[in-house]
This record gives sequence, structure tokens and C-alpha cells, in this order.
Amino acid sequence: MIQFDKVSKIYADKSIALDDVTLHIKPQEFVSIVGHSGAGKTTLVKMILMEEAPTRGTVHFESINVNKLRRKDVPGYRRRIGTVFQDFRLIPNKTVFENIAFAMEAAGRTDEEIASDVPHVLGLVDLGRKIWNFPHELSGGERQRVAIARAIVNQPDIIIADEPTGNLDPVNTYEIVQILKKINDLGTTVILTTHNKGVIESIGRRVVTMERGRIVRDDKDGKYAL
Amino acid sequence: MFWINTKRILRSGFVSFARNSFVSLSSVLIITVTLFVLGGIMFSGALLRSSLEEIQSKVDVNVYFVTGAAEPDILALKNKLEALPEVAKVEYVTRDQALANFKDKHQNDEITLQALDELSDNPLGAILNIKARQTSQYEGIAAFLDSESSGKDNLVDRINYYQNKTAIDTLSKMIDGGTKIAFGVTLILVLISMLIAFNTIRLAIYIAREEISVMRLVGASNKYIRGPFVVAGIMYGAVSALLTLLLLYPAAYWVSSVTHTFFGGFDTFRYYLTNFGQIFIVIFGSGVALGAVSSYLAVRKYLKL
Repeated sequence: MIQFDKVSKIYADKSIALDDVTLHIKPQEFVSIVGHSGAGKTTLVKMILMEEAPTRGTVHFESINVNKLRRKDVPGYRRRIGTVFQDFRLIPNKTVFENIAFAMEAAGRTDEEIASDVPHVLGLVDLGRKIWNFPHELSGGERQRVAIARAIVNQPDIIIADEPTGNLDPVNTYEIVQILKKINDLGTTVILTTHNKGVIESIGRRVVTMERGRIVRDDKDGKYAL
Repeated sequence: MFWINTKRILRSGFVSFARNSFVSLSSVLIITVTLFVLGGIMFSGALLRSSLEEIQSKVDVNVYFVTGAAEPDILALKNKLEALPEVAKVEYVTRDQALANFKDKHQNDEITLQALDELSDNPLGAILNIKARQTSQYEGIAAFLDSESSGKDNLVDRINYYQNKTAIDTLSKMIDGGTKIAFGVTLILVLISMLIAFNTIRLAIYIAREEISVMRLVGASNKYIRGPFVVAGIMYGAVSALLTLLLLYPAAYWVSSVTHTFFGGFDTFRYYLTNFGQIFIVIFGSGVALGAVSSYLAVRKYLKL
């Protein structure tokens, strides 16, 4: 589904973020990418999102060469991917309902679909009663659940979660991981980046370990080896 | 889909304007200052034009005829002058009228009036007062009069253009220079205030840059992201314009009461009322255009891939 082929990313200051990375992610997989800060995890997912372009090599999403995508096709491409970040990235002056509705509006969904799907998806992440609250009125765990609801509402092919538990306490961390596992069980590919050992061990799926921009391990059975 | 998107963009722009009240308020205040400057410039322009017209109307060239000049000859010259495109108006003052004017002017000067009575005949010749359309055209008119009156010593006594030439030249230059300076100052003031307004909106959108990046990540098209910001920008401009028009009303009234006796009686308040339609279009149009264009350009920066 996603194929990195000898991908390198070298910034203008000559720092190497990715060094000759080759990685293949299959549909419906749950892949955790682990590594210390600066190992290249975030650069890797940013390339899938077209937020960064590789200096060398190619990134493919199914048959699409991501870096050859035309400007006008980028929004449509991004709608196939749901994203969850450590800092939640909710729109501060929109309510929980409006934040999720915005993603649906961007995908061209009708008002009727929005009115029925938003409460439904908020129910899935157990936030039905906070539908009219603003992000600043929610706890960190609740905000992250809103972000997950927004990520899944358009039924994307893949969910990218970049350090989604980085700002959360253990209880919320556990809940978020359970939600991501549930999403994966329902057939959506999940890519999770983290440096939380407990998270990796509780998932027990494929783990890709990165160090200084290179992939140093690729285990099928959820080992955290740092 | 187009109408649904338009409806959503409009709603989102209105909601964002209302919810970000502090940012909206500061943007509205800055644009109001800009538009107020623009309004002030419109008033000053009208004032300048009115004052110049007033001064220009006081400049003329007078042809003094000899006392024995025959009226048909004078009228023939008058007709020729009126046929010239540069000439705005020619006023014929007969000998009797000239005498009456003279007496009127010197009604408190007994000695002069007595001296006049001693004379058996009216000593004053007829006069043609000529007004040009523009002050720079007097020289051409004077040259025409010269060529017309040469060899006709029994007709024209003197033409006062050459006595007034220096004054007219200086005034021409002043009017010309004044207009150019006013245009330059206007342009600079408008540019400066527009830049300030543009920067304020840019700051307002800078605050929302994270929001824009989130919108891009969830796959919103550039048009759909930009739309609500442009709508909010238009609202900043529209509200500022209404506020400016409201403020100009008492301002024009006050300026009018203070300066009523200067500037040849130009009344700012009456100007505001009689030209309200034009002022409304300029202020409202500028406000809306400023808000929309500033927002469009400011968002564009964050939409680049």
C-alpha cells in the first residue's frame, strides 16, 4: 500500500533526516515506528502526507507516486489519509462538532450526512456529550479523541498517528491505543510513531525501529529494542 | 455543490468574524483609520479644488478702450474673443457702466468725485473683462489681443495682462505645483494607510496559520480554506466603512462650523450631504476591496505547498 524506495531527506543545513530508507506497508497493517527524537519518524510520515519531499528516492501510495502528484490533486489525496498528532491540531475557534464537520465539508459531504455522521463518530470515541464544546474546554485525552474522530469520519484508507500519546497520561494513552487498535481491526491501515515502550508492547504488532534516519530493525511481533 | 460550498464559506466567515472578536475589532479599527484618512483626502481634495476655482475666478485680463472707441468695434472684438476656445467668458462694461462703477467704488472719496464732476465728459473708456478657462491660457489670449489691436490706436488704450503677467504666472505655477503636491501627498498617505491595514490583516491571519495548516491536512481545497478568510476580510472592510461614514458626519459638521469663513466659503458638511452617494461608494468600495485583497494575499502565503 505504501512503498518507500531508497528515500533520503537532506535539509539545507546538510542534516540528514532520512538515509536510504526502504519500507513497505501492506493494507490493513498496524505499523509502529519507534525511535528517539530526531530518528526520522516524523519526516517519514510527513512524506506520506506530502508535507515534505524526498531529496532522493520515491514514495508511493498504492500506484500514486506521491511526489509527482499535481497541486490540484493534493487535497483529494490527503482526504484518503486521517491524521492524528501529538499537539491535537484542532481548530481552536470551532466547536467539537464543527471541527469534525469541517473535514466532512472539505470532502464535499452533504449537510444531512454531516448531521448524522458527526454524532455517530463522536459516540465511537465516547465524546457524545461534548459535541458543542470548544477545544480549550476539553482535557488532553478528550482533544485527542476529537482528533481521532475527525481522522476517521471520512473513512480513510489509512490513519497516521504521529506521537498521539506524547501529551497524555497513562489512562488516556491506553484508551487512545485501544481506539487505534479498534480502527485497525475494522480494516483501516494504521501507522503510529511513538517512543513509548508501554504502548508498543500493548499493541503487539509490527514495529519498525529507526535510528539517525535509518531503519535498524523491522520486527513482526512488537518488540521495543531501544 | 457550488452553492453548498458558498453557503458554508459565508457562514464560516461570519462565525469567524464574530468569534474572533478581539482580532476583528482591532482590524476594524485600523481599517477605519485608513478609510478616515481616505475620507479626509476626499474632503481636502474638494476643498483644494474649490479654493483654486475661487482664486482662478478672481484672475482676468482687462482690455481698456480709448474713450472714442466705437461700440460696434468693441462688440466685434468681443465676438471674436468669445469664439476662442480658451475664453470662458467675456464681460462688456460700457463707458457709462465704468463711470457708475468708479463712482460706486469711490463713494466715500469726495475729492475724487468732485474732480470727476469738474470734467465735462466721461473720462473712462469701455472695458472688456476676459476670463480664460485656465490661468495658463491668459498669455495666448493676450497675444491674440495684441495682434488684433496692433495698428488700431484709436481703439485699445491698454491691456492689463502685461502688468499682471508676473502675478498670473506665479499663480499659474502655484496652482500647478499645488495640484501636483496634493496628488503626491494623497498617493503617499493612501499607500501608507493601506499598508498598515494590510499588515493588520496579515497579522490576524498569521495568528490563524496553524488553523490553515490543519485545514490543508484534512484535505480542504485552497479555495475552501481561503474563502472564509476573504469573507471575514470583506466584513472588516464593510463594518469599517460604515463606521467611517458615521464618524465623517459629525467630523464634517465640526470642520464646517470652524472653517466656514475660510476657503471661499467651502462648506464641508454640505459637501458630505450632497456628495454622500459618491463618498459612500468610494469609502465602502475601498474598505471591502482592502479587506478582501489583503486577506486573499495574506492567506496565499500559507497555502503554498
